[in-house]
Amino acid sequence: MTGDADGRLAARHDDRPKRPALVVRLLQANWLKPFLFLAMLVVLWDVTIRVFNIPPYQIPAPKDVILTLAREWPEMLAQAVPTTVATIEGFLLAAAFGIPMAMLIAGSRTIEAYVYPLLVFSQSIPKIAIAPLFVVWFGFGALPKVLSAFLLGFFPVVVSAVQGFKSVEPDMVDLAKAMEANRYQVFRMIALPHAMPAIFAGLKVSITLAVVGAVVGEFVGSNSGIGFLLQRSIGTFELPTMFAALVILSLIGVILFWILDVIERLSIPWHASQRQDLVIGS
Amino acid sequence: MAEQTMVAENARRAVIEIDGVAKTYKTADGEVPSLRALDITIRDDEFFVIVGPSGCGKSTLLKMIAGLLPPSEGEIRIGGRTVTRPHGGVGIVFQSALLLPWRRVLANVMMPVEVKGLPRAEYEQRARELIRMVGLEGFEQKYPWQLSGGMQQRAAICRALVHNPQIVLMDEPFGALDAMTRERMNVELQRIQAETHKTILLITHSIPEAVFLGDRVLVMTERPGSIAAIYDVPLPRPRTLDAMGNPAFIELTRKIRRHFDSPAAESAAAAHL
Repeated sequence: MTGDADGRLAARHDDRPKRPALVVRLLQANWLKPFLFLAMLVVLWDVTIRVFNIPPYQIPAPKDVILTLAREWPEMLAQAVPTTVATIEGFLLAAAFGIPMAMLIAGSRTIEAYVYPLLVFSQSIPKIAIAPLFVVWFGFGALPKVLSAFLLGFFPVVVSAVQGFKSVEPDMVDLAKAMEANRYQVFRMIALPHAMPAIFAGLKVSITLAVVGAVVGEFVGSNSGIGFLLQRSIGTFELPTMFAALVILSLIGVILFWILDVIERLSIPWHASQRQDLVIGS
Repeated sequence: MAEQTMVAENARRAVIEIDGVAKTYKTADGEVPSLRALDITIRDDEFFVIVGPSGCGKSTLLKMIAGLLPPSEGEIRIGGRTVTRPHGGVGIVFQSALLLPWRRVLANVMMPVEVKGLPRAEYEQRARELIRMVGLEGFEQKYPWQLSGGMQQRAAICRALVHNPQIVLMDEPFGALDAMTRERMNVELQRIQAETHKTILLITHSIPEAVFLGDRVLVMTERPGSIAAIYDVPLPRPRTLDAMGNPAFIELTRKIRRHFDSPAAESAAAAHL
């Protein structure tokens, strides 16, 4: 019957292209491209320093940074732990408060009218400027960092999730209501899964900002962590150490982002931005 | 007892009674009339088609029948009971298939069963039969985006039928499909109705589609919508696409088209009735 023509159409997804040679495949591999670019940048960095004769107290050579990284690796790693922990805690807080907040804002016009403008307004306060206040309130320790990570990570989660919850197709909701679905069912079966891609987009922005928040917290009031290390190395003009700390910091951000990306792939495999991979992988 | 039998008898004849139903939307610019008072009775096992221009309130009427919108005036009765809120006694198919992208085809079809908390195993059997009936066998575990537009719409039809509603409401169900797929879907829909004996209310822009599918065709006027005419379609069933060459088919489509040509022609045709 008519299924045939359509069936062929859908079956085409399963056809696999022929595999090219290993080297070509490596060059085409998307995960390798940023590393290649990074290598190019490092070379450029090295060449620039040599060509313009930049003294090492302004910009250290890549070699020195790498050597410092290798030498102080255990110390760096130890300092990375409190930063990472604060980042994750702040991020989890941001998700735990941000997503329900978005539900409330998207679900009720009254709450939206009262809360949303204030929330947007609060974003114009430079959070970095109020980080010292946390030290005054909560003293040196983990709490100020966690709070500043939370503050930076909170807003993107709320904004994305609100947008996700609000972009549900009204016809879809009508369809569910015509099946006599109650509010909770509409939320669970339609609104929440529909909002998941937007929520994850917000979480990804949030986790990178949470890293920034944790470091800022360490700048103003901490005696451990990568932020503290940065602060100290600037004070003593140990530029290779400072650059090495920056490398560690970006590694923390990248790894956390990547973990989130994996969680996203596992929890919403149907999502449009993943379809390409799915088709190839199936 | 005698009264009950009478009610049942009535219910069999008239499934959907639309009694003086009008709809006016209140907007910032004042009241916008969408539908003028309508009286329509749709009978059991009938394929009733409403054809009309855009914005004549067809979709509004459909939502009111589903209980999603309250009428401004009049009342709608389904099986003798007044509709005041969503009642679950209908299956709906919209212009876009509106399948949930995170559910596979079978899970999408099973959605009404889940919402209503009906026995799963029993209805899954039924869902699979429906999927087979519309020719989607083997696609039960595919995601909607792996299906063509026509296949998605067929899955949506299964979803509208799975909880075995007496009434299926279809709002331009094939409007987004290409002409060839659309004709094929028309033939299939006719077959599905013959097999399931549902009362179908279908809304369309397409005059040939209306005549091909309908037992009766209601022609609506421009906004605010009202009834221009109701025609019986004198074509025997099952109809093949060749029926579109039948003189009676051509005559009826011509007659309906005249309603939309000019206001003068419209009133002349109405007077003729």
